[in-house]
Amino acid sequence: MTDFILGHYAYWAIIFLLILGLYGMIFKNNLVKKLIGMTILQVAIIMFYVASAVKWSATVPVLDPLAGAADAAKYISPLQHCLMLTAIVVGVATSGVAFSLAIAIYRRYKTLNESILLERMKSS
Amino acid sequence: MTYPEIYRSIIPFYAVMVSLIAALLIMLSSRHANLREFWTLAASIVKFSLVFLLLPGALAGRIAEYTFWEISPGIALALKADQFGIFFALIASGLWILTSIYSIGYVRGLKEHKQTRYFASFAVCLSATIGIAFAANLLTFVLFYEILTIATYPLVIHKETKIAVSAGRKYLVYTLTAGVLLIAATAWTYRIAGTLDFRAGGLFGDASFSPAAITVLFLLFLGGVGVKAAVMPLHSWLPAAMAAPTPVSALLHAVAVVKSGVFGVVRVVGFVFGPTLMRQFDLNIFLATVAGATIILASLLAFRQDNLKFRLAYSTVGHLSYIVLGAALLSPASLVGGLLHIANHATMKITLFFCAGAIYVRHHKEKISELDGIGRAMPWTMGAFTVAAIGLAGIPPVNGFISKWQLGLGSLQAGEMLPLAVLVLSGLLNAGYFAPIISRAFFKTPTVPYEHGEASYAMVIPLLVTALLSILLGLYPDLFFHFYRLAVEVSGGILGGIGR
Amino acid sequence: MIQNSPALVPLLLLATAIAIPVLAIKKTGVAYLVAVAAAIGSVAISAYNMFRVWKGGPLTYHFGGWMPPIGIEYVLDSLSAFVALVVNVVAFIVLCHAGGLKGSDISGKSVPYYSLVLLFLCGANGIVMTGDLFNLYVFLEIFSLAGYGLIGIGEKQAPVASFRYLIMGTVGASFYLLGIGFLYIVTGSLNMADVRDILPHIHGNPAVAAALSLIVIGVGIKMAIFPLQGWLPDAYTYAPSTSSALVAPIGTKIAAYVLIRIMFFVFGVKFVSQSLPITDLIAWLSAIGIIYGSVMAIAQNEMKRMLAYSSIAQIGYIGLGIGLANPLGYIGAVLHILNHAFMKGALFLVAANIRKNSGHSDISKLDASYRKKLPWSMAAFTLAALSMIGLPPTAGFFSKWYLALGAIDKGNWVFLAVILISSLLNAVYFFRILEKVYLVPPPAQKAGEDLPAETKNREGSLIGEEKYSLMIPAVVLSFSLLLLGLLNANIVKGIIQRIIPLGM
Repeated sequence: MTDFILGHYAYWAIIFLLILGLYGMIFKNNLVKKLIGMTILQVAIIMFYVASAVKWSATVPVLDPLAGAADAAKYISPLQHCLMLTAIVVGVATSGVAFSLAIAIYRRYKTLNESILLERMKSS
Repeated sequence: MTYPEIYRSIIPFYAVMVSLIAALLIMLSSRHANLREFWTLAASIVKFSLVFLLLPGALAGRIAEYTFWEISPGIALALKADQFGIFFALIASGLWILTSIYSIGYVRGLKEHKQTRYFASFAVCLSATIGIAFAANLLTFVLFYEILTIATYPLVIHKETKIAVSAGRKYLVYTLTAGVLLIAATAWTYRIAGTLDFRAGGLFGDASFSPAAITVLFLLFLGGVGVKAAVMPLHSWLPAAMAAPTPVSALLHAVAVVKSGVFGVVRVVGFVFGPTLMRQFDLNIFLATVAGATIILASLLAFRQDNLKFRLAYSTVGHLSYIVLGAALLSPASLVGGLLHIANHATMKITLFFCAGAIYVRHHKEKISELDGIGRAMPWTMGAFTVAAIGLAGIPPVNGFISKWQLGLGSLQAGEMLPLAVLVLSGLLNAGYFAPIISRAFFKTPTVPYEHGEASYAMVIPLLVTALLSILLGLYPDLFFHFYRLAVEVSGGILGGIGR
Repeated sequence: MIQNSPALVPLLLLATAIAIPVLAIKKTGVAYLVAVAAAIGSVAISAYNMFRVWKGGPLTYHFGGWMPPIGIEYVLDSLSAFVALVVNVVAFIVLCHAGGLKGSDISGKSVPYYSLVLLFLCGANGIVMTGDLFNLYVFLEIFSLAGYGLIGIGEKQAPVASFRYLIMGTVGASFYLLGIGFLYIVTGSLNMADVRDILPHIHGNPAVAAALSLIVIGVGIKMAIFPLQGWLPDAYTYAPSTSSALVAPIGTKIAAYVLIRIMFFVFGVKFVSQSLPITDLIAWLSAIGIIYGSVMAIAQNEMKRMLAYSSIAQIGYIGLGIGLANPLGYIGAVLHILNHAFMKGALFLVAANIRKNSGHSDISKLDASYRKKLPWSMAAFTLAALSMIGLPPTAGFFSKWYLALGAIDKGNWVFLAVILISSLLNAVYFFRILEKVYLVPPPAQKAGEDLPAETKNREGSLIGEEKYSLMIPAVVLSFSLLLLGLLNANIVKGIIQRIIPLGM
């Protein structure tokens, strides 16, 4: 049991981050805080992938002259890292769109607080 | 009887399309009233001729069929002009000619608005009706059935008054619900039987059922076709739909739409379930009970109506159930009687509605209590009215007697006395609610003298023709159209299981 | 070139999306022309693809020449070629219409708008054609981000609606990503066909179940399956008219396609319907969604909002068809992707025409003057509405017909009842509008006064339908519903039935 808990410590951290991110996205009142939650969620998933690629006593998947190219066992799996490079790009793009929407909202309603926003939307 | 021979012919398709094309032409020539009315008349005559062309073949046991393409894998969109279909198509298209002439007189007499929409919808309705008559399978039937529902709606709300709009809503609620039930029933039938092709004597073949399942399926069907057939308690849209202009009530709410409903009932009873299944699960007893109750109740309700069209509507409700009763009794004579009543009730009721419309156009009177002495102002109209009323009460020599006689004979053949009693009682009630109208019209003196006489020729001639037709068909049931022979063939097909 | 046609559509769209801002520096009008040209190109290529698939069976394309499962593979079978064609055709028609609107909702932003449209389409085509789970994620995000932009570009509350959609959509995409993460850990592959072959050996593994649940929730959010539909009504209502007309027919359908593809073609019918009966859950939720969406649509007073709720109900049909997990349900679902795209497209285009003419689309303010001024649009609306209600011979009837047959096959009478009852509910909210448009006289006439001058003024306030570019797209979409209905057996037999998932 202890082994199970300690042996998967990275995953527990990831689960914690996932929940934290979701909490921020759903329950925070400020739009920017929602976006912070969103970023945390995305980072958690990136870490999940990266953690799944981890191999003890192996190095990053960049060609190392000392290890040589022949022995694949000396490298951790590169695929997850590649995927996550793409996912990071996607995440950045999402944040970009999200922030520009937040700016548009702020210009129109002069607030980023969701409850105030709702009132102003009703009155307009 | 021999097995019918099927041949491929495009005539049924043309018969359906004629009025659809006419509807387009009518819309295009909306600015030229005469041209527009010409299209209506031309279409009705062409349509009738096309249907009539198919008649000799059908009498000789040669059935025209036209298959378009598969509309759902395994189910084709197909038309088949079997004897029953031709029977119904002849009535609907034949009376359309008269109604067209009458309509022209009616809408011009009243200077109705939106006449283009009126004539175009009318033409589409007729297309759908012929489609229903010629549908070779349930899905094709459903398709035209729903088109008929939608095409009738603009006619119901034609006056665009509050009453008309709420009548339209009521109509839609009833008929769309019915359509949905019919679709459910059709889908279910397809899953059980693997086919939807109508077959005299039933299409289920050897499929096995639990009694509960078949009862539910039958109820779904009855809900689907029963609304248009105005079987109680599904009838109340029909009186409401009297908000429509009178020619609409005359052709659609006495002939095309409601008869599509009873046509559907007969199709379901004779061509989907078949006599064996009906008897095996006592569905015929259930149907006969509903029909008998409707006949009596509707006749009683008719007494209470002071509005002439409403009284006629309730009378229609009652008479439609004659046909249903005839189908439910499942004896040779009762089927013949029921089928003949499709034709006979059509000619009589259309006469009555024509009369009501003529009175309304000329004198703007709708209530029976206002009709004192109108027989003197409109002797021809009220004479025709009397003929038709006598017929509906089942008194010879008008054709209503023939169908009632056959129905009575049929109930004896089926060994049931109760339906006979219902028929006799209903005949008395019919006489009871028509007699006051006639006596008022002829024997009371008007409080205010009438300013006008008869309505225009375009209106009077059609109603005289239909009245004459009622008498002729009463004297010679097999005249011209061979309704009698067709009915006998259909009845033999259903009960003998011969034919397809 | 011709052999590479599967990859051509997304590349063409991507390239033009990037090129538009450059080409349109001097004259903004160029953006529209380029976008339409790109749309025509993608329709032509996807039609050609469809033809090739129809003739010669599934096509594959390997990016960079890398063989699967290492490389990214594009797969065009009759399902994906069909959905791609539907998406491109609807998008092309809506784009034609957008030109007629002259950017009335998106003043000054037409260049980025057309660029976004093409990105959106690029994403949609990529999702449909890809045979790689992670590649699908990337395209899903391209598609979604462009969608957020298309919605947020509008006036007033559009950015707020879009922001909410973005939050929900990102949660959905993250769940999907997490799901394929699990799948990758246990299978070591991201190629759909490869994963499908590996999965049967490890069905007992809880990670597979977790992956399936996460993917279904993630895609469910994008698809707006009940109860994950919260983002949809606002997004469709506040988006510019032309964006709603583009996003509503395509957006949720693509997600539905992803659900079909992953559940039936990756996890396999047996797994999703028996080992982990997630299809039952989807079917029941969809059934609730159908009723919920229809009832809510009745309660709305704004046409676009009503159509948005009706979309939730219609998505329910697709979900129900998927959830039935039998061939007839599947046919119904795929056919409804096509039918609903056309119906909703037509309805939103008419809503756009009404807004363009009168500046609002309030149902309570509609009257007969709209029909007089917009006769063709209203005819299109009527036909599309009849199809939504499901009256034969329109296309809408037939998707319901197959779904009803599927429900009967499954022996589930509740689903049958739901399908049929919702037809009646649809009738309620569509006839409410039709009654107004055809029967309620305009206020000037209502008072019973004969004031021709005033009536003229009133009618003058409606611009009318002199613009063919506004009228024809709506009319084309809705009249093709008749054709699609009458010829549906060809589509079903020639395309959909060719690729019924194994094990159904």
